[in-house]
Amino acid sequence: MNNIIKKFLPQILAILFVVLIFGFLTINAQTNMDNRGIDFGFGFLSQESSFDVQFSLIEYSGSDSYARAFLVGLLNTLLVSFISIIFCTILGVIIGVARLSSNYLIKNSAAWYVEFFRNIPLLLQIFFWYYAALRALPLPEKANAWFGVTYMTVKGYYIPSMVWENLNVFLYCGLAAIISIIVLRNYANNLRDTKGKQIPVLLYSLALLIVLPLLSFLFGGVSLEFELPQLKKLSKISYIYEGGISLPPELIALVLALSLYTSTFVAECVRAGIEGVSKGQKEAAASVGLTPNQVLKLVIMPQALRIIIPPTTNQYLNLTKNSSLAAAIAYPDLVLVFAGTALMQTGKAIEIVSITMLTYLTISLTIAAIMNWYNKKIEIKEK
Amino acid sequence: MFKLVKQLTSLVAMFAVLFAFSTETMAAKKSKTLENTKKRGFVRCGVSQGLPGFSNADESGNWTGIDVDVCRAVAAATLGDATKVKFTPLSAKERFTALTSGEIDILSRNTTWTLSRDADIGLTFVGVNFYDGQGFMVRKGSGIKSTSEFKNGTSVCTNLGTTTELNMRDFFDSRGISYEPVVFEKADEVVAAYDAGRCDTYTTDKSGLAAQRTKLSAPDDHVVLPETISKEPLGPVVRQGDSVWEDIVRWSLNTMIEAEEYGVNSSNADMMKTSNNPAIKRLVGAEGELGAAFGLDNDWNLRIIKQVGNYGESYKRNIADTGILPDRGPNELWTKGGILYVPPAR
Repeated sequence: MNNIIKKFLPQILAILFVVLIFGFLTINAQTNMDNRGIDFGFGFLSQESSFDVQFSLIEYSGSDSYARAFLVGLLNTLLVSFISIIFCTILGVIIGVARLSSNYLIKNSAAWYVEFFRNIPLLLQIFFWYYAALRALPLPEKANAWFGVTYMTVKGYYIPSMVWENLNVFLYCGLAAIISIIVLRNYANNLRDTKGKQIPVLLYSLALLIVLPLLSFLFGGVSLEFELPQLKKLSKISYIYEGGISLPPELIALVLALSLYTSTFVAECVRAGIEGVSKGQKEAAASVGLTPNQVLKLVIMPQALRIIIPPTTNQYLNLTKNSSLAAAIAYPDLVLVFAGTALMQTGKAIEIVSITMLTYLTISLTIAAIMNWYNKKIEIKEK
Repeated sequence: MFKLVKQLTSLVAMFAVLFAFSTETMAAKKSKTLENTKKRGFVRCGVSQGLPGFSNADESGNWTGIDVDVCRAVAAATLGDATKVKFTPLSAKERFTALTSGEIDILSRNTTWTLSRDADIGLTFVGVNFYDGQGFMVRKGSGIKSTSEFKNGTSVCTNLGTTTELNMRDFFDSRGISYEPVVFEKADEVVAAYDAGRCDTYTTDKSGLAAQRTKLSAPDDHVVLPETISKEPLGPVVRQGDSVWEDIVRWSLNTMIEAEEYGVNSSNADMMKTSNNPAIKRLVGAEGELGAAFGLDNDWNLRIIKQVGNYGESYKRNIADTGILPDRGPNELWTKGGILYVPPAR
């Protein structure tokens, strides 16, 4: 009996302690808020927000609710995180592999890149891209067309927008192409395992991916037109592009800074992963007659990925959380729109900050869950 | 087992201490804020991060401005020394939280008095020390002479967490003009972005525009449009729940304005003690017991006038002489055609 008490009592006390602390904090906050005449509640979420947001993925205006303003901010945070994660992965893999190159110039440039970008505080890099680099861009009327139809200006990057007809038919065709590729791959794997025959899967897949959507144009009534940005005069000296899509410079600066910064960490993860696979594996694979390509694809990468994934997950999580620095350069992310403007207009600090914290927690846990699932999938399966 | 009991008692003791804090309630009659201020030896005042004329720090960290003077007046009244103020620079976003959480005791940061701020957030506005209105600044070369010339797609730079964001939406919405709001947290960032051509116009309170214009690379290339699109009564704010402290701040400000009305200033205040006018004598503490109501001595208002000066002196020193807004406009006394009018101190 005595032993059981000794074993569990400290743990029970610890739990009790945590619960009491939270209870105390809640009661204390409640008392203080009562004293100061602040009421607690989430009713404000359905009220009209009455402020506008610069850039939004969904329809939004000042007559929408605070809940919708929250959604606008959330989507903007997800957008910038998603684009930056993709860019930093691509860049990180390239730099990471380059660091292992036998070419002196490539190897050292990659090393310099990593040491340079990861050792400057991220906020400074964001300021650099926004205030120094992007500000050097021309005004809209002086911009030269890039690729003939896009314009990079101090007010944003203007690109043509696509006007679709029967977009759903096109999307179904794309979906059909992807499903048939999966079926084809399974069939090919089966064929290889049972009969030892190989078919050029990649070639067939590409063909499917091109031909099926193309058919939708020919027979599905799908059509696509481009709306080009047109220069418009606002006053004697100020111009803007109308039509097309405008990517605000704030978004571009943020994506640049986040992906360049995070790619250095991803690059180190990739390098560690590849170097973590012992040399013997490569030599053994070569000695059974695999081509260098097959060695990389079938032997090195599957083993390297196991080492790369967990630390890279951390970097993705960091990137998403770092995206909250957006507020410094007026990119309307969750922190700026919701924990900034909405908080100021309603004064509901405790409610809004807790919602924002919970949201970031949810985003991070979701990314972690996806990466853990992928990690599970590729880890060594002992038979 | 004995050890466990000992651990338990220490835990209980710890909780006793923690809960002692939460059960402590605010004293109803006496001002807790005043007591703490006296104990601390300085007034904790929240100001802007640098708005010339209102609250701005020089290279050596000396704060000046009419908002700063309100805090100095309170320090002179309560502590006897106008220099005993600790200034906390706050962004528009941080200001109310800093006040309600008790980090500062007065927020004197060109803050607009609105119903929702006064009623909702746990704040109390004590008065108005500057009547302002929102305006727009554009480049001279643009040829824009009036806000009616704004076209669809105009990009507008402004500050986060201000009434400006709401007024601007009302303004553009009611005229059916689409616009791109570019919203920064710090005023300096807004200025930098507007200066670089990111925005076609910069909107904030007109006094703010006049002050921030001096920070642009070529101030003369920019012009503030004549229209005023909103009412912006700016004034000091205190936390709800300490009405004595609220009264001290309110009447410190009122004293400065009333002193100007009666022609009492920092250089003649002592002589006014022998004035024939009872209103003036009350104003310099030579008659009545006005300070007692706040728990202050009777020289509290004399010290304000002597150490900080009256409202006119403060305005001249901070706003007129610095060339920000030489014309007092609505911020002139009611006796001289303005709207500055305070209840009598008696």
